Amino acid sequence: MMKIKIGKIELKNPVMVASGTFGYAKEFEKLVNLKHLGAIITKTITLNPRQGNPMPRICETASGMLNAIGLQNEGIDDFIKEKMPYLSKIGVPIIISISGNNIDEFFILARRLNKIKAISGIELNISCPNIKCRGLVAQDKKETYEVVKAVRKTTSKTVITKLSPNVTDITEIAKAAEDAGSDAVSLVNTFLGMAIDVETGKSKLGNITGGLSGPCIKPIALRMVHEVSRNIDIPVIGMGGIMNAGDAIEFILAGATAIQVGTANFIEPGVSGKIIKGIEAYLKKHKIKKFQDIIGRTT
Amino acid sequence: MKDIKAKILSNKLVGRAYYKMALGAPYIARAAKPGQFVQIKCSDGLEPFLRRPFSIHRVNGSIEILYEVVGKGTEILAGKKQGDFVDVLGPLGTGFSLPLTSSLEPRAIIIAGGIGAAPLVYLAEELTKKKIKTIVLIGAKTKDAILCEKDFKKITREVYVSTDDGTYGCHGFVSRLFHNILKTTESRFETIVYVCGPNGMLKCIAEICAERSFECQVSLEEKMACGTGACLGCAVPTKSGNKLACKDGPVFNATSLSW
Repeated sequence: MMKIKIGKIELKNPVMVASGTFGYAKEFEKLVNLKHLGAIITKTITLNPRQGNPMPRICETASGMLNAIGLQNEGIDDFIKEKMPYLSKIGVPIIISISGNNIDEFFILARRLNKIKAISGIELNISCPNIKCRGLVAQDKKETYEVVKAVRKTTSKTVITKLSPNVTDITEIAKAAEDAGSDAVSLVNTFLGMAIDVETGKSKLGNITGGLSGPCIKPIALRMVHEVSRNIDIPVIGMGGIMNAGDAIEFILAGATAIQVGTANFIEPGVSGKIIKGIEAYLKKHKIKKFQDIIGRTT
Repeated sequence: MKDIKAKILSNKLVGRAYYKMALGAPYIARAAKPGQFVQIKCSDGLEPFLRRPFSIHRVNGSIEILYEVVGKGTEILAGKKQGDFVDVLGPLGTGFSLPLTSSLEPRAIIIAGGIGAAPLVYLAEELTKKKIKTIVLIGAKTKDAILCEKDFKKITREVYVSTDDGTYGCHGFVSRLFHNILKTTESRFETIVYVCGPNGMLKCIAEICAERSFECQVSLEEKMACGTGACLGCAVPTKSGNKLACKDGPVFNATSLSW
């Protein structure tokens, strides 16, 4: 009833866990039945290890949180050696989030991962707001096109491009990803934001700014999913403040073929399982035979 | 580690703005080790948004936490009644390592600063169960911030108190009390020091321990989002790179930290 396909990946349900909120899955093995998930997207990896940003890295806000982790990770070699063996055994589609400082790095990462059978897809994190560079790839349609094109050439895996909401027109970026051969787009990554401690006059984040996530961004994320899904032909994976099945269904009605649960994993680690059951119950209640029938129903 | 809907068995004011809450969480009680913590969802709604970490204060079939009301989360928690339910995730993190009962006679010195007493009562209980000689030093700014003195006294005879303002016990920082204790006690023991409190105090105690080559385990307090090692929000710089307070800690060997 809930089966869907994204690129070459067949998912038993549309509920994925978002990159950076679920570690490398092992962290959640006692809290979630991993086998029930639609797909797992791992914490972004880079070519070389990254120490990440200075503390403090997180800050609670009204109905959400800011984070400025800065893509801390041990690099692809460590990932393949230390994390892949466990991920390979889970038995659900594994999608690896990657980020590079330039096109070459994206290319090398994608090429290396292409050789690993247990990996179903790659999510291109061109939208992390917490790394220091000229601007985000996802803020420029030409750069987006070039990165996706380079990755597309080197991999036969499903390619998902993760978009930033910190743009004037997210649809043109989504179209660039589609034109370059991306199998799907996922949106949205976090909104660039900040919070200040009025006593010290300092930012509450070591990196000064960070990415805002949680229910506070949901209405904007939903609008973006609605807009993008109407203007491209590849599937849209929706995310941004999904805390329960109702939120997930909103994204699906707006036009998302699948959804990702992110920040909610921090607050209720078992929430993805509940969301899967909640969507099933909704479909039954409304006598909907196929999940596909409700995608984009809200016009 | 489990996420449990736990019944509040009691929630009592035990001092100025300090509360003790007992939670019916038998699984966590069975699995817990001294120095570990739980993440509690203080509110059913979205404010405050994140869970709050609390050290496991005591274990006896259920678990207890000792907390100070300092913000939105703890304020809501303080208003909870016996019979209410809260989501409790735990036990989390890496706690204290107990000394090996080897040929050398071990001696534990526990040093608590203010609310830092929270994880140390459970530790003292476990140490004395292992028949390890345990000395407890409690320090706080002022008299009404001295916590758990009675609890510690039930566990060991050697409990010493100091206050920064001299309103109770020895006058001065607990680090001075620590110095004095070291001067007046025998040194035939293999000493291991366990400390939890404000960062300045931890550093000071760690320095004294380093001078004397004592092992020193510090329990750090960091803001956290997930508590399970997924968000990487609670990074602690160490000599071997960033570690996580929620997973590798909250207890660290003082010599491993890059203060």
